[in-house]
Amino acid sequence: MSILERSISAEAPLLSVNGLTRFYGSRVGCQNVAFDLYPGEVMGIVGESGSGKSTLLSCLAGHLETDAGQVVYNGQDVLTLPEPARRRLMRTDWAFVHQHARDGLRMNVSAGGNVGERLMAGGARHYGNIRKTAEDWLERVEIDPGRIDDRPSAFSGGMQQRLQIARGLVTGPKLVLMDEPTGGLDVSVQARLLDLLRGLVRRMGLSVVIVTHDIGVVRLLADRLMVMRHGQVVEHGLTDRVLDDPQHAYTQLLVNSVLPT
Amino acid sequence: MSDYNFAYLDEPTKKMIRRAILKGLAVPGYQVPFASREMPMPYGWGTGGVQVTAACLTPEDTLKVIDQGADDTTNAVSIRSFFAKVAGVATTTRTGEASVIQTRHRIPETPLRSDQILVYQVPIPEPLRFLEPRETETRRMHALEEYGLMHIKLYEDIARHGAIATAYAYPALVNGRHVFDPSPIPRFDNPRLESPAIQLFGAGREQRIYALPPFTRVQSLDFDDHPFEASKADGACALCGATHTYLDEIVADDQGTRRFQCSDTDYCMERRA
Ligand SMILES: Nc1ncnc2c1ncn2[C@@H]1O[C@H](COP(=O)(O)OP(=O)(O)OP(=O)(O)O)[C@@H](O)[C@H]1O
Ligand SMILES: [Mg+2]
Ligand SMILES: [Zn+2]
Repeated sequence: MSILERSISAEAPLLSVNGLTRFYGSRVGCQNVAFDLYPGEVMGIVGESGSGKSTLLSCLAGHLETDAGQVVYNGQDVLTLPEPARRRLMRTDWAFVHQHARDGLRMNVSAGGNVGERLMAGGARHYGNIRKTAEDWLERVEIDPGRIDDRPSAFSGGMQQRLQIARGLVTGPKLVLMDEPTGGLDVSVQARLLDLLRGLVRRMGLSVVIVTHDIGVVRLLADRLMVMRHGQVVEHGLTDRVLDDPQHAYTQLLVNSVLPT
Repeated sequence: MSDYNFAYLDEPTKKMIRRAILKGLAVPGYQVPFASREMPMPYGWGTGGVQVTAACLTPEDTLKVIDQGADDTTNAVSIRSFFAKVAGVATTTRTGEASVIQTRHRIPETPLRSDQILVYQVPIPEPLRFLEPRETETRRMHALEEYGLMHIKLYEDIARHGAIATAYAYPALVNGRHVFDPSPIPRFDNPRLESPAIQLFGAGREQRIYALPPFTRVQSLDFDDHPFEASKADGACALCGATHTYLDEIVADDQGTRRFQCSDTDYCMERRA
């Protein structure tokens, strides 16, 4: 079943965002954002710097307070969940990948401890099993399991990013939010990370919201694309359709790849 | 003596500290903030414990003070004579004779009774501090019972040393709810935190008081495949022959000969009497 068929089928969305709004004082962070995300679907978010992409993602993840709107996941508005339940959801069913790996990793804890954290937070109490799972995950993100006891500070930028992904995916989440996961990496490292991401998304059937500046990321990963400007969604549709016939000036620039990254 | 109120602190201060103690007893293992006062000794000397002791003492009490099990270190002697002077209470080195015992880093070997209070000096009350320096975040973790971090610490221990290497201040879950730091007692003492006595913990610099009411359940954290062990040096006391007590290793002579000795000097002496 293609994404198009699925989105017009009766299947319920995994995530349904409505009227999401966040101001910084009088300045707009994001305003009246609405979209549905279906199981297994990857949505890209692009837009010029300051257009509200990170604000939107942080509101979804609950890192930022929201002024208005709903974020309905599995039929429940996560913004109104009691904090313990929301935090539990965030460390089991959801994962967040930060642009800067150090924001998403514990730099003073070994790679194995980083990957094991969510398992232990969920009650795992068998050291041997936790370690085995961590080794498996290091392998899946193409980090030598022999480095399991090294700290992330001894890793390259690309490895740190892959470790952050392993740390988030270890609990088998359904939804992953990523804020420019390939930003700040050099081109060959980016390509490898993207490849890895694409494989994981397919194998695990992940639903993903990914913020990026990179048309390559959009083409490779995103089923659908949302373009933001001044905090609002100005263009939204299937990736191919948006890229074939871009309506908005920013999208036209993006397609012509003349944007600074 | 007439220069001071009984037990040095003024009555409103003692009342404030007693309120914190009662709150701590009501919520075992929960760190209650209190307004720590300047004491006529440096912080490293256990001003938190001293304030808790001051708030608990009555003129009829008999006080014992130990430092790593010994009654005769400078620290123990100073605190004991401080209270002898400012409260005029009787003092003792015998665990069985004391009604209030202030301690640094040990639980006496002699089993405590329900009419005794054990007051601990605490340097760092927050067991989560190791991995999370932000106070707002650790407070939230306690509130939401998010204690995954504690097991990361133990995980790192095993990964690095092959076993849980934490030998002192071994974290435990109190009453099935709050993870707490029992102060730097050896982990050998952890099982004995479940006691008929009232146990109070005072951290002066960090301004926290917490408590264990009698017979509170205290579970030392561990992994299924690396269970908690109340380990101690494998040996016998060179003075009394005990093999069941916590032993200090000491250098006996200029040749570097090492031997073991009970860390609880009163207990050792009693066995030899
Ligand atoms: N903490 C903050 N305080 C005040 N204003 C903020 C804050 N964070 C973001 N903003 C403002 O909100 C708007 C949206 O910012 P946001 O970071 O969401 O944009 P972005 O699309 O992620 O940009 P970039 O591509 O540069 O990462 C901008 O005008 C920004 O200046
Ligand atoms: Mg951003
Ligand atoms: Zn002895």
